[in-house]
Amino acid sequence: MANTDVMAQIDEQVKKHKIVIFMKGTPSFPMCGFSAATVQVLDSYNVPYASVNVLENPAIRENIKHYSSWPTIPQVYINGEFVGGCDIVREMHANGELEPLIQAAVKE
Amino acid sequence: MNTAERIEQILRETLAATVVEVEDESALHVGHAGAASGGGHYRVKIVSPLFEGKNQVQRHRMVYNALSAEMQRTIHALALTTLAPSQLASA
Repeated sequence: MANTDVMAQIDEQVKKHKIVIFMKGTPSFPMCGFSAATVQVLDSYNVPYASVNVLENPAIRENIKHYSSWPTIPQVYINGEFVGGCDIVREMHANGELEPLIQAAVKE
Repeated sequence: MNTAERIEQILRETLAATVVEVEDESALHVGHAGAASGGGHYRVKIVSPLFEGKNQVQRHRMVYNALSAEMQRTIHALALTTLAPSQLASA
């Protein structure tokens, strides 16, 4: 079941940061291959981004799935919008769709 | 029926998928914290006419929804490639 307090917390993180990744571990020490691969893509743009370690916050780990109707971690949000998980972010990076999103987010 | 076969069956039935290729990559993730819960890692390629006109997020959500019961139990992670039939000609 979704918890409204935690959902509000997640919403605040998503709205507060231009780019935020909910992941397992941290960008310096990812604890999962999918999180690591996604961080690698974000790092390649050399722009600041926020991260939330869901392993340190089980309530966020559970509720983020309801927040985005997306059952897996990592999850990337840009300008308050859910962009995708590992596969989609890597695909958008490869086909050039991700860069304009990121550039627009950091320019504002 | 093992999990990979069940994934294929569910996707063929619920998404009318014409191509479903499931690779069990669980062995690559043995020992990682997430794998401890028992769920496996699978790489799945799906071609479905229902993906036509949908973006990647919508397509992946359709797959996750179809497999939601399995995601609670036997699947820990999916690496997805979702294609519409019209993309096959060019791919």
